[in-house]
Order: sequence, then structure tokens, then C-alpha cells
Amino acid sequence: MSDPIIRACAYVLVHVPSFVRYGSKPTREIVNSPEPLLPTIEKYLRSFEEAVEYPPNQVFIGNLHPDGLNDIKQPWYKHLLKGASRYGVYGEIMPEEEFFGLLKLADDFDLIWFEKGYGPFFRQTLEDNPFWKEMDLGKIDRGVDMEQIQKKVEGYGSLPLYHHGQVVGCFHRHHDQDESLMAQVLMENLMAKASGALVLKHLLKRANIAPEEIDFILSCSEEAVGDRYNRGGGSLSKAIGEMYGCVNATGCDIKAFCAAPIYAIINAAGLVKSGVFKRVVVVGGGCLAKLGMKFKGHVTNDMPILEDVLGGIAFLVAEDDGESPIIRLDSVGKHDIGSGSSQQNIMESLVLKPLDRIGKKVIDVDKYATEMHNPEVTVPSGSGNVPLNNYRMIAALAVLRKEIDRSEIDRFVTEHGMHGFSPTQGHVPAAVPFLGHAIDAIKRGEMRNAMFVSKGSLFLGRMSQLSDGMSFLIEGNPKKH
Amino acid sequence: MFKGKKAIILGERDGVPGPAIAACIKAAGAEAIFAVTECFV
Repeated sequence: MSDPIIRACAYVLVHVPSFVRYGSKPTREIVNSPEPLLPTIEKYLRSFEEAVEYPPNQVFIGNLHPDGLNDIKQPWYKHLLKGASRYGVYGEIMPEEEFFGLLKLADDFDLIWFEKGYGPFFRQTLEDNPFWKEMDLGKIDRGVDMEQIQKKVEGYGSLPLYHHGQVVGCFHRHHDQDESLMAQVLMENLMAKASGALVLKHLLKRANIAPEEIDFILSCSEEAVGDRYNRGGGSLSKAIGEMYGCVNATGCDIKAFCAAPIYAIINAAGLVKSGVFKRVVVVGGGCLAKLGMKFKGHVTNDMPILEDVLGGIAFLVAEDDGESPIIRLDSVGKHDIGSGSSQQNIMESLVLKPLDRIGKKVIDVDKYATEMHNPEVTVPSGSGNVPLNNYRMIAALAVLRKEIDRSEIDRFVTEHGMHGFSPTQGHVPAAVPFLGHAIDAIKRGEMRNAMFVSKGSLFLGRMSQLSDGMSFLIEGNPKKH
Repeated sequence: MFKGKKAIILGERDGVPGPAIAACIKAAGAEAIFAVTECFV
């Protein structure tokens, strides 16, 4: 059986400025700040229009090729694409008022209460969008008096929900002692579920496939669904699939820190190639914890807080259709336990070894996608330009192999790399934001191949000092040529 | 320069990870008393 393909990709962003306060870093800083910090954070939040017109966000949803950022003056947040659409080739940028409705649709345990004026407003907002016309939106309508909300917030561990500075509802805990069921954790999980469901809906539409045709779902999200006896039990995949009637699918979650999307795609490809399943969805919902992670650097530099969006990614892995680029399963790169942790060891494992295996040089790959973090997010806070660092490392490998001269490193980066454009949502930037663009470019004959190289930060869990990563290459379908 | 010294090492995932720095420090004659890799993105 020939190698599988990625039949469709979908990407979404959900603009949730009112939830930036609940990101991990802002939450801690607000509590520990001797001066009130929330007014400062609120001052630097963007409007929905500004988030939509922000060039890297337009690249993410497919309305602009990553190379298009080369022609836009920086800083990009000062050179917005006026009139840009919230809808893109690969998905959309959803406004916060629609996401509240989606959160309630995802809520099977009455975790969210809306104030009685806002329930109907959120329902109507979603109802006005034809994308949701077949969904039963009735449960969004229900609301309660503000007194009940205040009582829950003050005495029962509920978190207030805000929209445009107003309290619009609250999010409950679901146990008074289980830390895994505290409001903050459940809100994180539900936001991953809801944004994962949004991008799944776009994926099914792009693939022109009914939800009943999906066999298996792999979630690669960054959350920990569970309870005190199993804090990371998982199966968010199944919860996401349930929302859209994937009645013939089951699923499980892939946990590999930021490298999870590529691990999930490789697992999906293996399931399809072996014939176990025919159509496997890989889906990643957004990460609440990452919102506002670098807000201090943005505020210090008098720039908008750019980490105000949840990211969602989804891919349909299926049997070879004779048309789409194939996933070269003989090109899978892995960072072994014994590989060593230097950048050279990591890149040799993920780039050189797989390329050697398939008889290609470093310069034979048209485009590399590495960690695609938007540098405007990371540079102001001192974290550097992550994609550039990775591209320069790959270029250095080409120099070591005498494929290019040292003086050609910058040219290599421009020709084989690209500006980062992804929000810093952990798993979301890990190489896969370029998959949609790459597949379409290969289909148009503009590219021959692309290699996706991601890293995982498993050392953050304090179980190992090891680094991690995984990679694969896609190329034009031989049957098409 | 490093011989006989003790080192606290803070590495970065997309820079130089902690164990790699520790290996260099050890080769230079120092003792790594704490090494960690962080991910700032």
C-alpha cells in the first residue's frame, strides 16, 4: 500500500482578549503584583479587527503565504492588512462573543452559567453565523441572575467570565476538593475542547466529508483532562468528535508536549498505511494557559499583547488519493533517547539521518517548517527569533556537509525557511502551521517537497532532562506525475 | 578558567540545552551542581 496523504488541513484562531487575564503568566502576575496590574493588561488588549488584520494571523488561516510577510514592513502590528477577512482558506478567526456560545455548546456538565441577558445574546450571535445553522443552539439561551453568579464566585470557587470589561457569567468547579476539577483547570480543558471542535468543523467542511465517515480521532492538544486519581486521563479526542457527530469514530490523545502534532500525524499515517483505519483526524485545540505568556515584554515595549488568541489545528490523514502529496513514512525522523542533547545532535537526528535514508541532501528540501513562533511575540520578551535560530542551525548542517558555503547561510534561510507566524500556543507552532500552505504549493507544482521538524520540551515535566522531537517529509504524489 | 569551579546551568530548548552545556563544563574541569533546560516559548 502506498504512503498515506494529508487530505485536508484546517486552522483557526479564537480571539479571546477577556481570557488573557486567565493565562498562566497573567494569573500569577496579577495576584503577586504590588500594584493593580489588570488595568495595564486591559489597556494593551487588541480589538477583534486588529487581530483579524494582523498579517501573521492572516498567514495562519491561509489568506497570505508565509513568504508574503517578507513584503510587509515590520512591526507587523503597526502595518495591518486593512479589510482582511476573518475567514480564510483554511478556517477562520472567531470573535469572543461567538466563542462564548461555542463554549456552552461544549459544556455537558453545566460548568458555565451566563447572566440571563447574555445567554440570548451569545446564542443570537452564533445563530447569525450561517456556519452554525444546523446546530441546536437552545442550551446557550439559559441564564441566571447576577446575584447567583456573584454567590458562586464569592463562595463556591467559580471564576467570573468577562466580555468587554463586563461580567457576563461564571465558570464553575466540579468538585470542592479535587484540584483537577477546579474551575481554572476545567475552563482550560473546555476551551481546548471547544476550539478543537471549531477547527474539526472546518476540517470536515474543507475535506467535504461527513462526520460519520471518520474512523479515529487523535487529539494533540495541550491540556490535562482527568481527575485526582488520573490527572491526565485524556480522551479529549472523543469529546471533540462527539460535538460533531463523528458517531463511527473513537479516539485517544497523544501527549508529547509541543511535538504532539507531528507524533499524532505519524501515528495517524501508520494506522492508515497498515489498514487499521481509513480516515484519521488529528486535532489540536487551543491552550488557555499560554495566553499572555509574554505580556510583560509587550507592555514594556508599548505594543499590543499579541498572545490573545487560542490556536486550533486539524488534519485529515487518509489513503493515497493519487493527487495529494504523500507523507514519506521512510523519512520519519526521531530524537532517540541515546541521541545526545546538543542542537547538532537534535538536528542530525531529525534532519540529516532521515534525509540520508531517503537519499536527499539538505538543499534538496524546498522548504523546512520548524518551530514557527511569531518573532514579534517572542523577541520583545527576550526569547529570540525561534524559527530563525532553527533555520540557521539547519543551514549550519548544510555548511558542515559542504553543500553550501558559510557565506550562503542567510540565503539558505530565505530560500528554505520563512518568517514565523504562529501564535505561541505550544503545540500549535510546532512545524504544522505550514502544512496547508505546503500541500497546496506542491499540488500547484510550485514546490516539490517540504520537511516538518518539531521539538518537544519533555524536560518541563521534570521526569527527564532529555530533549525530544520528530520530523517527516511530504512530497508530490508520484501517481500525479 | 572553569577547572575546579561549580556551575549552575540554565539551558534553553531552542538554544543550547542544559545537558549539552553540562557536558562542556565537565570537559572543562568544572562540576555542574544543577542543570536544567527550560522552554521560553
